[in-house]
Amino acid sequence: MKRRWRDCGLAALMLGPSAAVLALFVVYPLIKAIWLGQQRCGVTTCSNSGFHQYLDAFRSNEFQDALIVTAKYALFTVPIGLVLGVGLAVLADKYMRGVGIFRTVFSSTVATSVAVASVMWFFLLNPNVGVLAEWIGGVAKTPGLLQQPGYALWAVSASSIWANLGFTFIVVTAGLQGVPKDLYESAFVDGAGPFTRFTNVTLPMISPTLLFASVVLTTRAFQSFGEVDLLTGGGPKGETTTLTYLAYGSGLPTSNDDGLRATVSVLLFFVLLILALVQFRGLEKRVHYGN
Amino acid sequence: MAIDQVRGARKVGRYALLTVLAVVVIFPIYMMVVGSLKPGNKVLVNPLLPTNFTTKTLSEAWRSGHLGRALWNSALVSTIITFAQVVTAILAAYAFAFLKFPGKSIVFVAFLATLLVPLEATLTVNRRTMQDLSWINSYKSLTIPFLATAFGIFMIRQVFLQIPKEMHEAASMDGLGRLGFMWQVAVPLSRPTIGALALFSFLSSWNQYLWPTLVTTDKNYNTVQTGLRALKASSIDKPNLVIAGTVIVALPIFIVLVIFQRQLIRGLTAGAVKG
Repeated sequence: MKRRWRDCGLAALMLGPSAAVLALFVVYPLIKAIWLGQQRCGVTTCSNSGFHQYLDAFRSNEFQDALIVTAKYALFTVPIGLVLGVGLAVLADKYMRGVGIFRTVFSSTVATSVAVASVMWFFLLNPNVGVLAEWIGGVAKTPGLLQQPGYALWAVSASSIWANLGFTFIVVTAGLQGVPKDLYESAFVDGAGPFTRFTNVTLPMISPTLLFASVVLTTRAFQSFGEVDLLTGGGPKGETTTLTYLAYGSGLPTSNDDGLRATVSVLLFFVLLILALVQFRGLEKRVHYGN
Repeated sequence: MAIDQVRGARKVGRYALLTVLAVVVIFPIYMMVVGSLKPGNKVLVNPLLPTNFTTKTLSEAWRSGHLGRALWNSALVSTIITFAQVVTAILAAYAFAFLKFPGKSIVFVAFLATLLVPLEATLTVNRRTMQDLSWINSYKSLTIPFLATAFGIFMIRQVFLQIPKEMHEAASMDGLGRLGFMWQVAVPLSRPTIGALALFSFLSSWNQYLWPTLVTTDKNYNTVQTGLRALKASSIDKPNLVIAGTVIVALPIFIVLVIFQRQLIRGLTAGAVKG
């Protein structure tokens, strides 16, 4: 009983620094944001406008549009990114001479930050100087894919899929290395072809990795800001205004009003929370964890 | 013989496919590097193979983008954050793994719950806090909010839990003391995970984009990410310059990742680097 309390002081000292940072810069701002989100703010002062502001904001066209844009963006980037990452990882998994070079190349995009990748793609797709715009032609030349309604979100997605490919590749490659070789051998002895081995051995064995990668990629899609800021500025006509861009971008109704920014970011918090719960509930059932 | 031929053909096919895919993946990077070395303004259009090289564009980007300063700022800020996150995580993880105190599991869950709060939900209020403290345009605003993470604490706690409790007891009997045990036994045993956390923290803070745009307006406090953003905004009519800027900004991280490949894989599979 005495022992139970003996460590208290030391524990408090050790937890103190982390607790202070997390309390001041994570917990407090979240609670404060919930309060701030029912206010409207000018440059210096804020005034209460009531908690219905959350409902109003949620129902507003701007928020609904941004929610749809973000969902679409996740639907474009996550499945394609996963398929490409798994495909590349499986292709480069075999013990072949020189496979290391391919692995390095496929991992390389992990070294590009959002800003670097976005600026690269901005110029690759630039109608005046971009080689991709030159090759694709048509709308890619005038007005350019990033300015063309119906294409802009795909163009942003392409940049993001490329930038995240290194991450997915590395994670899936690590997952593949955890699959016991004898499983493949016994499947081979049973007469399973390469495709059956992939669907019946590889996929179930790496499903925890896939769950992890898809959760990370989805979260990133919902938090995307830099790519929108640098590639399109939310345009054309709001077609690439994601939720995070709606909260923090420029030239929007929220831009000079911390109250509205807080409203949107608190709503974003709940969207992400629901998303996380849904992903874990829905996917965990289908995931195979080895013993 | 026939089977060998089929296998041989498959192998050639596989190499061919891998090569094509590698070319596609590396293409944007290739264009940037080549573009940064080309003179003139139509840097990205054909020909794909430049005929004459120059380093003038790179040096001009360095100067007009204030990239030296930005690289220094990013290195400084990321190093401070990494060091602090590792130290605070080790301390807290030790308390959770080895100490006994009432309410431990509740406190632990409270720490973990902060992982559910996305950065984006806190930034407006945090920026106001920075304003109230007059920390806008300072290293304080770039570092202090990120000196601890629940993710790091969780990661280190997991490896600390794998250290047998008997070792802890034996160490305290040997008079090593708690702090001695932590620094001389627990930390060395957990070095791979700590290394992975360090690289993860470094990359996450190096790649921060939104927060620095909110709390810095002075170019002296630009990180590489906001510096690149500023360069793009100011030199939009000089693509070659901005492209040279991306190369300068990306290069240090490429080098870091080549050196720390193993830590990267470990870090990425334990958590993800935020953009």
